[in-house]
Amino acid sequence: MLAALVQAGGSFSRPSVDWHAASPELILLGVGVLITVIDVVWKQRARSLVVGLSSVGLLAALVPVVTLAVDGTPRSMFGGAFVVDDYALIMKAIFLLSAYVVVLMSTNYIAEGDYWENEYYSMLLTSVLGMLLMTSARDLISIFVALELLSIPAYMLATWRKRDLKSNEAGLKYYLMGVFASAIMLYGMSLLYGSAGTTLLTGINKAVSATDKPTAVVTLGVVFVLIGFAFKVSAVPFHTWAPDTYEGAPTPVTAFLSVASKAAGFVGLMNILFVGLIGRSDVYQPLIWILAAASMIVGNTVALRQTNIVRMLAYSSIAHAGYMLAPLAVVSADVVFAGGGSVVVADQALRATVTYLAIYAAANLGAFAVVIAVARKIRTAEIDGYQGLFRYAPGLTVLMTIFLFSLAGIPPLGGWFGKFRVLEALISPGTAWGSTLALLVVVNSVVALYYYGRVAVKMWVEEVPDGDMTPVRVPVSLAAALGLTAVATLAFGVGPGLIGHFTEVSLLAGIGG
Amino acid sequence: MLLNQFLLLAAVLFCIGVYGVLVRRNGMLVLMSIEIILNAVNINLVAFGALTDNVGGEVFALFAIAVAAAEVGIGLAIVLLMYRNRRSIDLSEADLLKG
Repeated sequence: MLAALVQAGGSFSRPSVDWHAASPELILLGVGVLITVIDVVWKQRARSLVVGLSSVGLLAALVPVVTLAVDGTPRSMFGGAFVVDDYALIMKAIFLLSAYVVVLMSTNYIAEGDYWENEYYSMLLTSVLGMLLMTSARDLISIFVALELLSIPAYMLATWRKRDLKSNEAGLKYYLMGVFASAIMLYGMSLLYGSAGTTLLTGINKAVSATDKPTAVVTLGVVFVLIGFAFKVSAVPFHTWAPDTYEGAPTPVTAFLSVASKAAGFVGLMNILFVGLIGRSDVYQPLIWILAAASMIVGNTVALRQTNIVRMLAYSSIAHAGYMLAPLAVVSADVVFAGGGSVVVADQALRATVTYLAIYAAANLGAFAVVIAVARKIRTAEIDGYQGLFRYAPGLTVLMTIFLFSLAGIPPLGGWFGKFRVLEALISPGTAWGSTLALLVVVNSVVALYYYGRVAVKMWVEEVPDGDMTPVRVPVSLAAALGLTAVATLAFGVGPGLIGHFTEVSLLAGIGG
Repeated sequence: MLLNQFLLLAAVLFCIGVYGVLVRRNGMLVLMSIEIILNAVNINLVAFGALTDNVGGEVFALFAIAVAAAEVGIGLAIVLLMYRNRRSIDLSEADLLKG
């Protein structure tokens, strides 16, 4: 073994690095390190500088994403372990913009709560760095490292209120579940590596689809890897941590976890499914079908009886994970390798999930921004506290209604287009399984309307319980976050081409689909 | 064959670890059980790497060890925090959040 290493070392030549392709990650890494250094030198005196620096860093990382997208040629590094294509770029843009909105939401919350500020932003940037890496990772090792890079800071962010028992508990549950899941996933990855003899996803695809029936090792590997990602995207029955963590963590962190962290789980899952395991759809299809159906049903029914708005949004985000998983359950090798028009069907599933992620990100971040704004006055996240919100905060009420109805999927708000793409992807293969799942999506959307609508009724119709009509004071940065998310939600709904144009992506080009 | 013995050992360790995480209620013991699972993975990776004469497995194992160290660092910090605030690391007592 060592001999092999030494031998390989003898003929070592530095792999060529495409600096342009890696620049979004490098910029974020640089800013993250800079913030850590500034924190060591100036301590808490540098607070205001750090907030500005992290926002500028996130937006600066967006510049190379745009130039790479304009350039348009897919780039590949390190033997295909790091790929920058349209799919990676649109996801990078979603992560950077969501993180920017989270920074806007955090500014006042973290400063007024007397929390540790500089570390908060460097942790946030590190987590986003992991997400950016995840979009380009096409190799088991880089997927694993990216997943841990994005999760480990998130555990700390969830525990940020050190002396608050609820925040401790939120972090503890998130940590234990997350680490347990990644250990199980790692075991699955070791089995996949063993059966393929390579960590590259393209190589794994060749090896696992070589046989007619899946071998036991491959089946176990696929199951364990899926379980790991199911925890990450909080799909039922691996969702138990999500409501507790969301409730106990600081609210901006909750927004970050429910949008960016979940999206990163989906990105990793899609990379592995489409590039590595597409030939073994007989193993993963039924599993994903069950995960998707269970997440929709359990998420929506449990959300019905929640009295805390953060917990309600947590269960609603579990249900949304179900909608987003659904298109992946109809992707199969037959569809891909039959050639001709059927490649379109598999690509359609990928595009449906990516589109849904983008639209969900805007509406969910917006909803949490309203929760933060309202909590500045009513000091609680109980849904009863929203009674009569329209009487003293009409602007926030209108915005909250927009976000909730977008999540429910009511036109002309963004959500309907996401649901439309999901249904389209489910129905177009023409299979019974796909159609059943489509039916479940429709039924569940109706159920979801009830609990979103209940909050709207409380806000618009009911009277203020204590008659306190002082308006809610919304700080500038939070208002900016609300504005950005509201504009995105409306724009995606009114002009679906806007997002539809950018999500015309494919992961199958590289594997001879 | 030699590989089977390594894989069997790893599978046994994996099962012990999963059992420990699901059954133990002491925070430290759960962390140790997770470590056992990660070590099962490392045995697997190195065994497969040696079998296929491919250094990818060893490299993967090195990454897994490094990441596991970072993870346990955070885990110990969180368990310590829990001990400071509650004077107990019994996980079944962490039940403020439910519903």
